[in-house]
Amino acid sequence: MSRPESDAIAPLARHDDEPVFDEPWQAQALGLAFTLSERGLFTPAQWSATLGAKHRQVLADGAPDNAQTYYEAVVLAVEALICDSGELSAERLDERAQTWRRAYLNTPHGQPVHLSAGEDGA
Amino acid sequence: MSANQEKEASDIHHELHSHLPPEPALRVKAIESLLIEKGMLDPATVDAWVETYSEKIGPKCGAAIVARAWADPEFKARLLENGTEAVKEMESAGWAVAHLRVVENTEDVHNLIVCTLCSCYPHAILGPPPNWYKMAAYRSRAVREPRVVLQEFGVDLPDNIDLRVWDSTSELRYFVLPQRPAGTEDWDEEHLASIVTRNSMIGTDRDLDPSGGDK
Repeated sequence: MSRPESDAIAPLARHDDEPVFDEPWQAQALGLAFTLSERGLFTPAQWSATLGAKHRQVLADGAPDNAQTYYEAVVLAVEALICDSGELSAERLDERAQTWRRAYLNTPHGQPVHLSAGEDGA
Repeated sequence: MSANQEKEASDIHHELHSHLPPEPALRVKAIESLLIEKGMLDPATVDAWVETYSEKIGPKCGAAIVARAWADPEFKARLLENGTEAVKEMESAGWAVAHLRVVENTEDVHNLIVCTLCSCYPHAILGPPPNWYKMAAYRSRAVREPRVVLQEFGVDLPDNIDLRVWDSTSELRYFVLPQRPAGTEDWDEEHLASIVTRNSMIGTDRDLDPSGGDK
């Protein structure tokens, strides 16, 4: 029997013992989703529909089918639901991510990174 | 700028970038810091969730439920009748469980759980799902070719066993009650729980090994 799709991918069991979180931001992203859902910013049904849609989108854009891609979709879904709620705009989130980026680049390695280090004039 | 200076500048640039968190991590920091400023988020709540979810809740909570069901027929009846209510009897339940339906493996039936939409899973009693559970490959293939998927996990399911695949949602999560292996008749709950694997409660494991426990 020919199963081209099955043959093309690694057996799933190979991923059985992988750590669930490779990096802290992955756990924090899920924690954010849970906390905001508990707070009523969105319903569990909205969460699963949005996460599913974002996951399909990043896979369709060519991302590999792995845990990293899944957590990237989690971040996109949290952002989308926050923006849908009207609490924050996508521009505001982009701008703040850029500020954090500059803060990391402006801070010597090993020292605590403060947001102010990325603000204009820092 | 000389070639050496250019290289030096490039090395410094690279060195800086190597300390820069990946883009999604920066975006998580952006979300968190903005929501904290708006008074919509207490960082301690997220930290507490992460700690509970990644360290305190895990397959052992689920294994304790299975062991009690094996040892106590009345609990098992309640668990199969109304999983959501029955798991509240366990001390280990982490937080509110969405509606939970427990499906029982028997000689003739094997159950497999998937979430075709995203990654719905009985987190509150099993902790974080394994990575394969979240992959598109599992989410589609568990429905399309579940027996092949089971083979990849080392489960050769005879054709005469009825294979039922359950699609979890945000409103209803499934949990597999595996079969109690022979030779464990006089074991206590703790001993029974030690042989229950995470995958047996998802359905990608079937025959539990009485010698596989930690005592």
